[in-house]
Amino acid sequence: MPWRLLRFALSKKHPEPRMFTRHDRLKPAYDVVIIGGGGHGLAAAYYLAREHGITNVCVLEKGYIGGGNTGRNTTIIRSNYLTPEGVQFYDESVRLWQDLAQDFDLNLFYSNRGHYTLAHTDAALRTSRWRAEVNKHFGIDSEVVGPEVVKKAAPMIDLSCGGHAPILGALYHAPGAVARHDAVAWGYGRGADMRGVEIHQRTEVLGIGVVGGKVAGVRTNRGNIATNKVLCAVAGATPRILDMVGIRSPIYIHPLQAMVSEPVKPWLDPILVSGSLHVYISQSARGELVMGASLDPYEVQSTRSTFDFPESLSAHMLDMFPFLSNVKVMRQWAGMADMTPDFAPIMGRTPVEGFYLDGGWGTWGFKATPVCGKTMAYTVANDREHTLITGFGLDRFRNFALTGEKGAASVGH
Amino acid sequence: MKIMTCPVNGPRAISEFAYGGEIRSMPDPATCSDDEWADYVFNRNGSPGVKREWWCHLPSNTWFVAERDTARDVVLRTYLYEGEG
Repeated sequence: MPWRLLRFALSKKHPEPRMFTRHDRLKPAYDVVIIGGGGHGLAAAYYLAREHGITNVCVLEKGYIGGGNTGRNTTIIRSNYLTPEGVQFYDESVRLWQDLAQDFDLNLFYSNRGHYTLAHTDAALRTSRWRAEVNKHFGIDSEVVGPEVVKKAAPMIDLSCGGHAPILGALYHAPGAVARHDAVAWGYGRGADMRGVEIHQRTEVLGIGVVGGKVAGVRTNRGNIATNKVLCAVAGATPRILDMVGIRSPIYIHPLQAMVSEPVKPWLDPILVSGSLHVYISQSARGELVMGASLDPYEVQSTRSTFDFPESLSAHMLDMFPFLSNVKVMRQWAGMADMTPDFAPIMGRTPVEGFYLDGGWGTWGFKATPVCGKTMAYTVANDREHTLITGFGLDRFRNFALTGEKGAASVGH
Repeated sequence: MKIMTCPVNGPRAISEFAYGGEIRSMPDPATCSDDEWADYVFNRNGSPGVKREWWCHLPSNTWFVAERDTARDVVLRTYLYEGEG
């Protein structure tokens, strides 16, 4: 190694450029404090700075950037939902996704694959038709297709699924895509950081000060902060933060597990989902099969994995693709899902003035990252809900006006 | 495989059981306010901690109470329901 390089290594004047600025201490006050340095929190910080000119913002992250559900999902992006509220909201997200890599100048490995929701029963086919009609009404590319189209898209599939769950058709959604999840958090984080937002990792929120029904400050393990606006974007741990401000919510936490296989040659282009078999599968750019199933059957607030999960998921996967029996599972993991009774998120203002909520993201949060950032930034900046999220308010439960998304949010619920 | 102890049938694989949610007391629908009723219908205690929950051993249809630490996923105690208090 040339000795003169050592000069740079030892000099404080020539630090290695980092993706994020490191801040040694918290400032005593910020205009907005965002709890949670995942995709949603960082995206909100990014749009607050870029579209609303609010840069005196800090993002507090207990662990590391994107280490929660942003880095634990199966990266599927789609907008073929069931309710008009959901469809319009996720459609805007898909639109934002499509030029996000350009926006960040960072490769997100955004890959448009097409998405098939397989129907093995008449009831599933009926829901598919319903979703296709709602989607078409809002100009979204979804249609019901027959089994022969599925076979053509994924020639290795056993259309009878081992003889016990024959595929009758599918809801085909052309814009369905996958992306590299870590890069999404990094891209939003870097964009926010460049515009003056402070990102504090390994900073845990211990309490939130509320005076006269208004947010006054945040207590962390690295000191106290004065602020009038707090955005809670910690899906998977939302109830803990809500307890700090005394808000009751319907959110309950179940783990959602996923796993990947060893890398194999590219053979599966589209994303396949089966509600009846409780599986979804896509092949990553590295050749790994990324697979997920339904929620764990009981409440747990940790990211432990179980053996039951790969066992049952593999059994169902082999019904669809018997030739995978020799493929090895490489790793498995779990995330904590903020579940809601109607399978729609909870977003917007809350009974505590200055406390904004972006939670209830269950198993459907990753695809919504850009639109959540954008709409929550708008909501925080204007103290008024963005029109795309008015169907997701916390008060919908008190008013018995739910946004029923159960038929489209995930598999096997 | 995780083991749960049924108070009647003894230790069994947890796949034999169904989770019934935290034990909660229902307000009287005839006298409570709409807000109290909505709170009962929808709201949950979603924070981690030791909770008293309903569980059912499916093959024998035995409903019982489990005290479980939801942060550590450890079952502390199981027993048959004997009323509140």
